[in-house]
Amino acid sequence: MINQSFSRREFVRLITGGTAAVLISFNTACKNKISQWRYLDEEEIGLLDAIVEQIIPTDDFPGGKWANVSNFIDKQLDTYYRKHQLAYREGLAAFDKTVILMKGKKFEDLPFDEQTAILENMEAGEFSGDYWNDHSPADFFDMIRQHSLQGFYGSPLHGGNRGYISYHMLGLDYPKVIGQNRYNDSSWSKYNPKSLENGK
Amino acid sequence: MANKHVNAVVIGAGAGGGVVAKELATGGLTVVLIERGRWHTFDEHGDDELTSQRTFPLKCGYGPDNERNWRMAPDGKNGWIKVFPNQWSYGNNAACVGSGTVSYGAMAWRYQPVDFHLKTKYGAVQGSSLDDWPLSYDELESYYEKAEYEIGVAGDPTNDPYVPPRKKPYPMPAFSYNREGIILEKAAKRLGLHPFPIPMLRNSVRYNGRAACIHMRTCVGFACPVGAKAGTQNTVIPVALKTGNCELRINCMVSEIIVDDRGKAKGIKYFDADNKLQEQTSDLVVVSASASETARLLLNSKSKLFPNGAGNNNGWVGKNIQDHAYTGAYGLFEDEVYDDVGPGACIAINDFNHRFPDIIGGGVLCNEFIRMPFQFTSIRPSGSRMWGKDHKDFQKHNFKRHIAIHGPVQEMPVFDKMVEVDPVVRDFWGIPVARISGFRHDNDIKVGHFLADKAEVWLKEAGAIYIWQAVPGKESTPSQHQSGTCRMGNDPKTSVTNKYGQLHEIDNIFIADGSLHVNNGGYNPALTILALGYWVGGHITENWRGTKMK
Repeated sequence: MINQSFSRREFVRLITGGTAAVLISFNTACKNKISQWRYLDEEEIGLLDAIVEQIIPTDDFPGGKWANVSNFIDKQLDTYYRKHQLAYREGLAAFDKTVILMKGKKFEDLPFDEQTAILENMEAGEFSGDYWNDHSPADFFDMIRQHSLQGFYGSPLHGGNRGYISYHMLGLDYPKVIGQNRYNDSSWSKYNPKSLENGK
Repeated sequence: MANKHVNAVVIGAGAGGGVVAKELATGGLTVVLIERGRWHTFDEHGDDELTSQRTFPLKCGYGPDNERNWRMAPDGKNGWIKVFPNQWSYGNNAACVGSGTVSYGAMAWRYQPVDFHLKTKYGAVQGSSLDDWPLSYDELESYYEKAEYEIGVAGDPTNDPYVPPRKKPYPMPAFSYNREGIILEKAAKRLGLHPFPIPMLRNSVRYNGRAACIHMRTCVGFACPVGAKAGTQNTVIPVALKTGNCELRINCMVSEIIVDDRGKAKGIKYFDADNKLQEQTSDLVVVSASASETARLLLNSKSKLFPNGAGNNNGWVGKNIQDHAYTGAYGLFEDEVYDDVGPGACIAINDFNHRFPDIIGGGVLCNEFIRMPFQFTSIRPSGSRMWGKDHKDFQKHNFKRHIAIHGPVQEMPVFDKMVEVDPVVRDFWGIPVARISGFRHDNDIKVGHFLADKAEVWLKEAGAIYIWQAVPGKESTPSQHQSGTCRMGNDPKTSVTNKYGQLHEIDNIFIADGSLHVNNGGYNPALTILALGYWVGGHITENWRGTKMK
């Protein structure tokens, strides 16, 4: 409540001071955590990039990382998949910890084949540790796998499948050109009312 | 202000309700057609696979929404869990003007005459509540025809020796085969089978003021960008509205049918677009909300004479829910078989339906609609690695080199496979939610194996170099083909309505949707639901003047 005994000057000083304080704290927050992402942070994205690149690896076509699959997942975590936010936050942290315990290195710093072997373990449910006593490593893996495939093959409007790369890979025109060679006369020549006699 | 009294309220603007509304409105009755969803267009959705009605990890594009609609499903441990429309265990059917007929694949099957008296043909089946329909194919034939002409079907039965008898040809010529169809036609003929083009509720030529098909890749699961696919939303509902007798109220969720103490329906209660509770009185009520939601509404409409729900004194409302036990096989080919001519499904055989003495029922076999890229990621032989290099190689190599053949096995009705109302859980509006439980009959699995074997033989003859089968199990939640929960019958003890869809117990409530089906045929049910809409609607209008119903 604004006390009536406040002079106008005092009041102005109060509110501008307040604003400055807000600005400062906002600035500090940004410095600590400048992120282009919606839910995940840089470190989580780094780990996720390595995982999605395993799910859909680069060969003669780009893989999950290039196709912005992590961006797809981050975007969904802020929209359709809000219900999975904690599963990602806690699951990725536990995964990171588990790998460091196993290998002494972060997952994203390991050679590709070693990463593959770790994910095979996770898929088979072979992780141990406090977190994994209560959470299924296989379920966590399958969730990321499903979401990665959605991000790679779904419409780019959801943040993944950059440039319709998966459609290029499958040899599907996009956009499909409507009207080319789609019509012929064979359907007309088949039209024969006498055909009904067979049905009687 | 109170809503003006009307002759009829029709609940649900899908296949059944859209047709009934048109029949009543053109017959001179005043109608309120009430729909919980809204209008949808292709432009709104585009060809986004992740929000289609076929694969829907993000949401069901054509409704209902996850924010206000949920159900309970068995958790596998004798308890229940909350499930949402975009989970398979929910058992979704679209909620919008036109409902499933906006985004369906639009196969236009008539059931076989024998499908209307299965019990007479096969005798009682243990563990099944199988019965004959009170309605014969011959009685329904002209209503099938009306649906084919008013909604619009393209087809040609010349080469199908098992085609149900028909008086008139289809109004439009059949579609020609795509590359898969051409390969499969030759193979089927070599096997002595009788392939023919699938009849479709889709314009092969300009018809009824709507354009011809442009063969989208994204057809099933999506609206049509040019309106070539026929649903009630672009055929009968506009006709109903044009009469001036029918008002369509969208975004309105019906909570209850009001039944008075003398056992007559007085109208409905519903939540309007602003979630405000409203009443609409009427002389009669037609429920066309799909097998699950129709049953839910009746069960939620409790009154003095019907404490267990409207028309449910015998306990049959919600029982016997069926779907189809889809079965079949996938084949990989050396050469590309994909030519990008949508919707993909084009060729069928009726050779394995009702023709084998030791097989009860059966189903049609067809090539499948185009499998979109994300959907294809789950199509693998069992034991395949579902990620990494194996995944990507399979995807790249086989997307254009595989054919799927499958068919809807006619499920044997099981009394305890059912829709109930949850005693505790309520939806966004406070309406008790549906819960669906029960298991398929063993016969469905047996027929599933039988038909999958036939699909495999067909693929092999077509040149597939690797084939695997996909046979259904006992667990299922009926979704887009749901049926059977308010079956029609002559005996009021073992059915919910008479042969005209009129409740045995409340003569001014009618049902007009898949709920009426005594059994669900070995075919996609849309045309039968449309035909029943004409049948029920026609009966109401014919008997309206004069009348016992008013």
